[in-house]
Amino acid sequence: MRTLVVGGDALLVELDSAAEVAALHAELLRRRGAGELGAVRDLVPAARTVLLDGVRDPAALGARIARWEVPPLAQTQGPLVTVPVRYDGPDLAEVARLWGMAPEEVPAVVGGTVFRVAFCGFAPGFGYLTGLPERFHLPRRDTPRAAVPAGSLALAGEYAGVYPRSSPGGWQLIGSTDAVLWDPEREPAALFAPGTRVRFTQAGR
Amino acid sequence: MTGLLVIRPGALTTVQDRGRPGYAHLGVPRSGALDSAAYALGNRLLGNAPDAAALETTLDGVGLRPLAPVTVAVTGAPCSVRVSGRAVAWGAAVRLSAGAELEVGRAESGLRSYVAVRGGLAVPPVLGSRSTDLLSGLGPPVLSAGALLPVGSAGPDPAPGADACGLPGAPSELLLPLRPGPRADWFTEASLAGLWRAEFRVSAMSNRIGLRTEAGTPLVRRRPGELPSEGMVLGAVQVPPDGLPVVFLADHPVTGGYPVVGVVPPGPALDAAAQARPGIAVRFVRSR
Repeated sequence: MRTLVVGGDALLVELDSAAEVAALHAELLRRRGAGELGAVRDLVPAARTVLLDGVRDPAALGARIARWEVPPLAQTQGPLVTVPVRYDGPDLAEVARLWGMAPEEVPAVVGGTVFRVAFCGFAPGFGYLTGLPERFHLPRRDTPRAAVPAGSLALAGEYAGVYPRSSPGGWQLIGSTDAVLWDPEREPAALFAPGTRVRFTQAGR
Repeated sequence: MTGLLVIRPGALTTVQDRGRPGYAHLGVPRSGALDSAAYALGNRLLGNAPDAAALETTLDGVGLRPLAPVTVAVTGAPCSVRVSGRAVAWGAAVRLSAGAELEVGRAESGLRSYVAVRGGLAVPPVLGSRSTDLLSGLGPPVLSAGALLPVGSAGPDPAPGADACGLPGAPSELLLPLRPGPRADWFTEASLAGLWRAEFRVSAMSNRIGLRTEAGTPLVRRRPGELPSEGMVLGAVQVPPDGLPVVFLADHPVTGGYPVVGVVPPGPALDAAAQARPGIAVRFVRSR
């Protein structure tokens, strides 16, 4: 763990793995809930870091966090969301080829994984989902699409994600869902928040 | 409830308030008025709540017609203010009768003027804010001709003489205090030392997301490779592969993958950045 001061009121905690980020993020949420953390405006996990923005004394907070014993995250920790998916994506055949299997076998790989929202970004409500074993990690498409439909289930690198709205994108599209990922009128607005666990089921089955 | 009819939307006019900080973890930018002091002044002049929504114009002002009597104040970039053709005060409360035409002119210096309205603009809030976020598309749309902006009901009368305000001078150079880190170690020591001597220019590619620079001595990376995306703060100075710093403003993405060489503290320096026209000089001054 390495702590880096960011400007006058933020702290970046750098970790070695996504699992360590998830564990620290959970610990930060727990301590904030228990009133042990002090004021923090934003708690932003990312690939290998957690940013604490809007804190009073980032250097002192960093020194405190560096002394913490952070327990590893239990597999069952975090709320679980089930998202029905139709496996009708235009890249399904290509993904199956890269995985060395038939397209009909892809749903079992995806459905057999309990994903976790590692962090959000790119667009409101877009979650970067980790959990796919390394042998299923995929490259991005050579040519990004100008418009990926809202609700597309997509894979790239170590991540899975669902596009909350139509936007350009270079991820491999394997399916689609009618689930509403982002609705600012809803509480909570985002279906996927950092720490949420996600299971994809096959729609209509 | 009364309203303002948009007669002339201007180049880029948006509704802004103090933004929606606190949702970065869901991928939501903070947004909000870029020149925070000018925005706050407009509300103070009218006795508004400090988070009342106002208009932020870009370079060429805006034209509005109230459907019922309203009081407005124009702050930020100095400009002519006319009511039905007659010149009125900039930086002061101005009473408009129903059907009058408010013409906020082109910025004489700076970029962004603010049009505060007594009672605030009452467009529907999204996640607690009425700000237009140009990165992610949250909040009300950019102003267009014929749009009607609802105005909220005003509270008690404002205290008279709440502010004395002078016209800001035209900045010929933008000096930005910069606190190094968190990724200053991604750059060579020689190029970091050179950063304090370099003179950049404000690029015409600048927008509410970031102030882009050009024409200075690019920073040189010591470490190759990519930085995994990490959380970004307001005022973060990101350095893309071309080595030319980008200062993150209110609509900045919540995460980014280019190393941040340092952070400009929010407040007067970022307010000045919001008013810096393309072409003016930018220098970074080491802070703390």
